[in-house]
Amino acid sequence: MLDLKPDFGSFFKDETFTGDFTFANSPQSVRRFPFPFDRDDYMYSVNIEPHVSTRPGSVFEHAFDIDEHYVSEMRDRARVLARDPLRCQSLPHMELAGWDLLELLMESLARDYPQWFTLTRSGNDWHWVNKPLGIDQRFTFLDASSLPYGPMEYITRQVQGDFTLQDERDQNLWVDAGMVTTQADWSLDFDIGMNFFEWHAPVPLAHEKGIFERALKFLLRLQHGAPVRRFNWTMTVNPLLDTAPETYPEWGAMRTTVTPQNVGEKLHLRVELQSLFRLPRSNAIAFSIRAYLGRFDDLVTVPKWGRRLHRVVRDVHPDLAAYKGFLRNRDAMTDWLSHHDDGAPTSPGIWPD
Amino acid sequence: MKDATMSLPPSILSRPVYGVLAPRPGLAHLVIADGAGAGAVADLFAADPGIAGRAHVLYTPGPDGGDDWAVIEALGAAQAQRAASVPTLLFRLARVLLDAKAGTQCYLAGSEGLIGQAERDLMAQGVPHQDIQKEHRGSTVRRVQCVHCKGITEAVRTDPFVCSHCGLSLYVRDHYSRRLAAFQGVCIDAEEPGNIPPAVEKFA
Amino acid sequence: MNAKLQVRVTEVEALNPLIKRFRFVPRDGGLLPAFSGGAHVVVEMEDHGTRRMNPYSLSSDPEDRTGYEVTVRRDDAGRGGSLYMHNHVAVGTEMVISHPVNLFPLDGRAKKHLFLAGGIGITPFKAMIHQLGHIGAKWELHYASRNPGLCAYGDLLRGPVQFYYDDDKSFIPLKDLLARQPLGTHVYCCGPKGMLAWVRATAAELGLAEHAVHFEEFTAPQPGAPFDVDLVRSGRRIHVPAHQSLLEAMEAAGVDAPYLCRGGACGQCECDVVTLDGQIDHRDHWLAPTDHKTKIMPCVSRFAGRALAIDR
Repeated sequence: MLDLKPDFGSFFKDETFTGDFTFANSPQSVRRFPFPFDRDDYMYSVNIEPHVSTRPGSVFEHAFDIDEHYVSEMRDRARVLARDPLRCQSLPHMELAGWDLLELLMESLARDYPQWFTLTRSGNDWHWVNKPLGIDQRFTFLDASSLPYGPMEYITRQVQGDFTLQDERDQNLWVDAGMVTTQADWSLDFDIGMNFFEWHAPVPLAHEKGIFERALKFLLRLQHGAPVRRFNWTMTVNPLLDTAPETYPEWGAMRTTVTPQNVGEKLHLRVELQSLFRLPRSNAIAFSIRAYLGRFDDLVTVPKWGRRLHRVVRDVHPDLAAYKGFLRNRDAMTDWLSHHDDGAPTSPGIWPD
Repeated sequence: MKDATMSLPPSILSRPVYGVLAPRPGLAHLVIADGAGAGAVADLFAADPGIAGRAHVLYTPGPDGGDDWAVIEALGAAQAQRAASVPTLLFRLARVLLDAKAGTQCYLAGSEGLIGQAERDLMAQGVPHQDIQKEHRGSTVRRVQCVHCKGITEAVRTDPFVCSHCGLSLYVRDHYSRRLAAFQGVCIDAEEPGNIPPAVEKFA
Repeated sequence: MNAKLQVRVTEVEALNPLIKRFRFVPRDGGLLPAFSGGAHVVVEMEDHGTRRMNPYSLSSDPEDRTGYEVTVRRDDAGRGGSLYMHNHVAVGTEMVISHPVNLFPLDGRAKKHLFLAGGIGITPFKAMIHQLGHIGAKWELHYASRNPGLCAYGDLLRGPVQFYYDDDKSFIPLKDLLARQPLGTHVYCCGPKGMLAWVRATAAELGLAEHAVHFEEFTAPQPGAPFDVDLVRSGRRIHVPAHQSLLEAMEAAGVDAPYLCRGGACGQCECDVVTLDGQIDHRDHWLAPTDHKTKIMPCVSRFAGRALAIDR
């Protein structure tokens, strides 16, 4: 077992994403929140752009963003997996892609955060040190018996965000492996093995618009060394990272606890920064789905975001509101947000003015 | 492929699409059917009388009890067995697959549950699912996996229904997993416990 | 959009009178990305004023990150890409290649991989065999060539390998071979056109699953008569000379189209036809016959007639 000896230091926060919900963003963290709306309305589009380093300090600076919630999120992942190991699965032919992912993540973290992670290699003898989680591991690359878990599970227990691995066959992408504990209500155990269209089948309105056909064609030409990214978003009552279908009977009733008075404290905009990487050995595509939670109270401290969030929530298509799980609370949310929208025009782009 | 299953409602993209069994060249023909699927097998054999001599048919009665074994028996297949149930049919199938060759054509006919489970076992032996022919005949009852306890309830007729493993009331989502050979069942009263609408007979 | 690799040639070896092996190492002394068996790179050549971009399968060990190797057969009747490699590329030549792209991947679910190689078609299988060795999967190779002298890498291939030589009248016993494969076998074929058609027909006749039989489809573009094309969106008319493809002529005119294979297989450079008065010579493996009046693959296909306008 991966025995976590977390060291929160002065940067990482000791907080929970369940039970007493002590999660909170620091003021700096609110300022770097990846607000996903670049205009005052929302509809699906193939909003894919190159995943290149931009804006130092932002979530776009590094290939994989490690923030103040890192240690607590990894502890939450370990808690979820202890209860339900089916949240991490890999079909037998995906082990090589798991090694590709391990290499990508270890190389990226050691390069971008040398104060926390180091990777030393001599041929296939690798030495990995993860200081915040208290891990010091020597292992043999491509030899699964040298790690306490399979390569994908080993490394994704140490990186924020969900991951899926897509095998490419027959001009399609097949979601044949994944680590999924911070998801917006989809089941890896049910969806594993599906192709790109089947996996997205329940999404309303997008198939008719040809969104997935265009996205697939784009992704099939994704090349090694040229990753891409896009945003997705939904709403969550309480900062619950793990909104899994598996545990819906445990968290579903939280959606009925919203009152006009507590919207700002209860409602969280859940933003997924999705990034996609072609993997070298397996020709698979790694999909990183990194969830950020933003409390409404915090988001409206940026006036532009308060105005825009109000307009998006008010005007979004009801089928999307239902799919994203906030139709029940939409009126209360719109009402609360309207007090943070003076009707002034908003500037283009996602960043605070 | 032409859609012969007018009794199934149109649905979303993860839903299996069924066609009409058509003869294809093959060194061997593996045919798996239940209930009214026997009719589709008879049509297949009639379309190419050469199939029978190289065919192995595995058959079991349908989820509604319909048993057309006499139809299968009369086809003159090189090998044909009647299994008492789907699990015993799949047990025999596992043995057949142990030494099957790459030039084996696979045909499935009958209820969605039987087709799905046979397809799952064929896929596990490396047969691409796109190359397995499937024709739906007869019962439209569904095999549903409870997303919460992971238990599979066979022959679901109503929506919502009670999970036969954990007892939660589940609605049947039009989302299908080929790997599990099952539709997805999701708790219907998670947000307001006890608020369960009356069950409606949807699948027969 | 496509990141490129800056490399230098460090080895050129004549494997036989027709085939040369080239080794590329990164100019900065670093490591190249690992790759997947079956992948190719697009090699850029400045051939006396004409820019050529030819895809070549990687034939080296995918885990050898110190360099990539391609194996090139000289095509005296071709447009000159292979002649350029054979006659002008030497140790020390600096070149630019694409990141590896795989349009002929292994199917990891296979219970067994059966490789059928004809002549220079050995190249992707050499890399695949290296890769399967690292992960311990089951494979078997049947390799046909004209004679032992033209059997590239014949001396290096170890394991379950059978050789066949045309000059000895020994041929792959295809029917028996395919008929005895266990269910779950995936078959891969790379070789001349006639061999691909023979394998395709035999596999279908025996009832092998279509999705378990794979072909290396892309081929270097062949020359043809020159023609002119109107690029509607760019508002330009371009001339396509005999030894250039439409895609290359577009690129030379500064009109880019996305591509992966440049050989008619990947579908990325597909263009809509706006007006057509004449005959398109479709040479790709991508378009369905129903698309033949409305689309063209500029990487390989050509045109003869009065007017062709495309949406670029």
